[in-house]
Amino acid sequence: MRLRYLALIVYFGFLLLPIYWLVNMSLKTNVEITSGLTLWPQNLTFANYVTILTDQSWYSGYINSFIYVAMNTAISLTVALPAAYAFSRYRFIGDKHMFFWLLTNRMAPPAVFVLPFFQLYQTFGLFDTHIAVALAHCLFNVPLAVWILEGFMSGVPKEIDETAYVDGYSFPRFFLFVFMPLIKAGIGVTAFFCFMFSWVELLMARTLTSVAAKPIGAIMTRTVSAAGMDWGTLAAAGVLTIVPGVLVIYFVRNYMAKGFALGRV
Amino acid sequence: MRKTESNKAWLLVLPVFLLVAFSAIIPLMTVVNYSVQDIFGPGEAYWVGTEWFKEMLRSEDLRGAFVRQVIFSATILVIQIPLGIAIALAMPAKGWAASLSLVLVALPLLIPWNVVGTIWQIFARGDIGLGGWFVNDMMGIGYNYTADSLHAWITVVVMDIWHWTPLVVLLCYAGLRAIPDAFYQAAAIDGAGRWKVFRYIQLPKLRGVLLIAVLLRFMDSFMIYTEPFVLTGGGPGTATTFLSQQLVKIALGQFDLGPAAAYSIIYFLIILAASFVFYNIMVRVGRGDRA
Amino acid sequence: MARIEFQRLAHSYLADPVAPADWALKELDFAWEDGGAYALLGPSGCGKSTLLNIISGLLRPSQGRVLYDGKDVTGLSPAARNIAQVFQFPVIYDTMTVAENLAFPLRNRRMPRAEVRKRVAEALEMLELQPVQNRRAAGLTADQKQKISMGRGLVRDDVAAILFDEPLTVIDPHLKWQLRRKLKEVHERFHHTLVYVTHDQNEALTFADKVVVMYEGEVVQLGTPQELFERPAHRFVGYFIGSPGMNFMGCHLVEDGLGIDGTELVLYGHWAELARRHAKSRLAIGIRPEFLDISPTPRDDAVPTRLMGVQDLGNFKLVTVRLGPHEVVAKLPEDAPVPTDEAHLVFQPEWTRLYADDRLVG
Repeated sequence: MRLRYLALIVYFGFLLLPIYWLVNMSLKTNVEITSGLTLWPQNLTFANYVTILTDQSWYSGYINSFIYVAMNTAISLTVALPAAYAFSRYRFIGDKHMFFWLLTNRMAPPAVFVLPFFQLYQTFGLFDTHIAVALAHCLFNVPLAVWILEGFMSGVPKEIDETAYVDGYSFPRFFLFVFMPLIKAGIGVTAFFCFMFSWVELLMARTLTSVAAKPIGAIMTRTVSAAGMDWGTLAAAGVLTIVPGVLVIYFVRNYMAKGFALGRV
Repeated sequence: MRKTESNKAWLLVLPVFLLVAFSAIIPLMTVVNYSVQDIFGPGEAYWVGTEWFKEMLRSEDLRGAFVRQVIFSATILVIQIPLGIAIALAMPAKGWAASLSLVLVALPLLIPWNVVGTIWQIFARGDIGLGGWFVNDMMGIGYNYTADSLHAWITVVVMDIWHWTPLVVLLCYAGLRAIPDAFYQAAAIDGAGRWKVFRYIQLPKLRGVLLIAVLLRFMDSFMIYTEPFVLTGGGPGTATTFLSQQLVKIALGQFDLGPAAAYSIIYFLIILAASFVFYNIMVRVGRGDRA
Repeated sequence: MARIEFQRLAHSYLADPVAPADWALKELDFAWEDGGAYALLGPSGCGKSTLLNIISGLLRPSQGRVLYDGKDVTGLSPAARNIAQVFQFPVIYDTMTVAENLAFPLRNRRMPRAEVRKRVAEALEMLELQPVQNRRAAGLTADQKQKISMGRGLVRDDVAAILFDEPLTVIDPHLKWQLRRKLKEVHERFHHTLVYVTHDQNEALTFADKVVVMYEGEVVQLGTPQELFERPAHRFVGYFIGSPGMNFMGCHLVEDGLGIDGTELVLYGHWAELARRHAKSRLAIGIRPEFLDISPTPRDDAVPTRLMGVQDLGNFKLVTVRLGPHEVVAKLPEDAPVPTDEAHLVFQPEWTRLYADDRLVG
């Protein structure tokens, strides 16, 4: 028993130390960072955060990221909900192949798609727009959303559908007002994973944008300047990218185990 | 579930089909198109057949990246899967401690991948990073991941363990919570010890989630790009250059469209084939219907 | 095999129980004899699973003691108590074969190999599992899995008791009676102390020598099936056991007898005296439908009532009549004459029971 908790504490230490170090650095001045190792800030400063939150070229990165993540989550859920319903309730020509094909997209390395995407979106005049990144992320988020939602929907007995139709519900009304409330936990879990995978991806987001829709992750690289690394600002920018994740986890922590329990990530 | 036969269901799937087709099929066709041509500029392309494929398969760079990739994926699977199971077993099952553990464990998964790279880039540096400083000054090892290949390797592996073991933990944790109490009660009554409970109840019941965990970790580690790109940039030399980095180097760095496209197709096929083989092996090994 | 005894046993899932409703199991004091077959019967949430878990040692009671053959086992783990349990849903070790499943509890107790083999073979034979003994247990049907669960108890001849927690829940109806018969057979052959938890009265009555009826955390009656039928100790028993359940009519004390509420009817004789002793309580008389007779023509000992309905159930009829505000059901043989409009209800005084505050008083 003692050993078990000791092991857990060691593991959590391993998880948290690098994050602590980032937070620690974000609260130091560059002089303090480079002049020697200090375990906590000797001259506590919020200047790095002030820099980011007041400089438009910095904070617009966060706004851009949020915009395409939100768009992606909305698009993924909107198209995946009816499709997942079809897979969970009906047999139709090519259903199994379709399902498998969708999943193979989850296996496709983003690096493979980077260049064709770049050209595709340039052709359609979508380069450097939020929707471009949102659509690109659909490549892996839509199959995922269909997969997770199908699992939740299969848990809802078919009798509910039949009863609703007998009661005279039309399909859209049934789906919106009867069915969706029944799987709201599933929708929450799906939204969580869409958010997560869109938020953490950078390769596509970086390649498909240049100025107007540039994500925060790409902006961070500019802390390398002629004067050397601006470590403090880099660390502060990093910490700010962790915050939304922490908030999201906190809100969905009780559903999380359930989503994973379906074994569908 | 009993399913109704209806081809009208296609209407419901159509939006997904169109969207994914737009995002997957058109680019994939572009890739195939490039892979058999030599492109000099707009409108100037020559049919080269399988030339690029041959070149890529002969390429030392690709072979090197492939070997490194296989070693890397194998290493992290061997470490992450057992570690993930162990942590999931150790985590509290209910109460505030369970919630707290879940939040902490999930944390690395929600950090953008380049920030993961940044965190470790900083943490592992000998001059300003706690980890690097500890290894260097406290343990007296001359550690420098930017210069020493082995050190770079270890750093990338440790970073990946840090980043992705939580996924294995969460999957196993959810799998463990799904085991009904009656199984533990029966084991207690039958006089089974801790190890036997693990061997005969927990491990068999985790089979499903472990299958997913191994597949996901294999696939994702095979596609790893951003984190090592930020941390080591693939170096020193090509010591930590994996398949995706090699590909991006050819495609975006040198803009060699033909070879890059051929490379992409080979790469994708390897992942598909390996996932397929993995899946079948694991299903066969753990045969026995799930209760 | 053991005699199981409870002394001042009670349990609450709350840390600090105050109100009676806080107790999942109210204080009880009784014993089960060695080698008996007992059923714990009651609706969901009545505390029967709590009691079972206390017997098996999965749960430590808030107060009181559990004795096996006079030895206090309250603090012992399930393994140390040496009991076996069959759960509601089949619990088997998926990766092992049927024979390995049966051998598992013996191997854990480090029994010599040859002995293990002998015992497993015996249990396989008894449960008719030899044809599948080398099959992986995971692929079997629910009833076979439940037999394996049972077998893990049978292989150990020193078990104090075998506990069954609604073991037939997931079994197909046509296999239920087979499995139940197999259980009876096992009991007759080995004379283990068996405890069978169920909410199904048929299962309880056919399986057990003695039935413990529980209601709201309390044991309301412990008796043979016949006793439960003839002298329900609590209104709940009367209502829960028997199909349909007992008829109850509220009543009150009149000058020299017991008047049935809402009617002119008065019972005299010893009823009056009984009722007087419980004058402050809520009184009701109860009579089983089986002990009521209905005559189409007026009789001296009959009360006129109005016919409400007749249900023909094949080998018997259920006749519902209205007596004042009360609806009363009588169970009549198939060939009994059915009244058309006026029905005359005949009480059999020796089968009529009086309840004061829900408890049998006479």
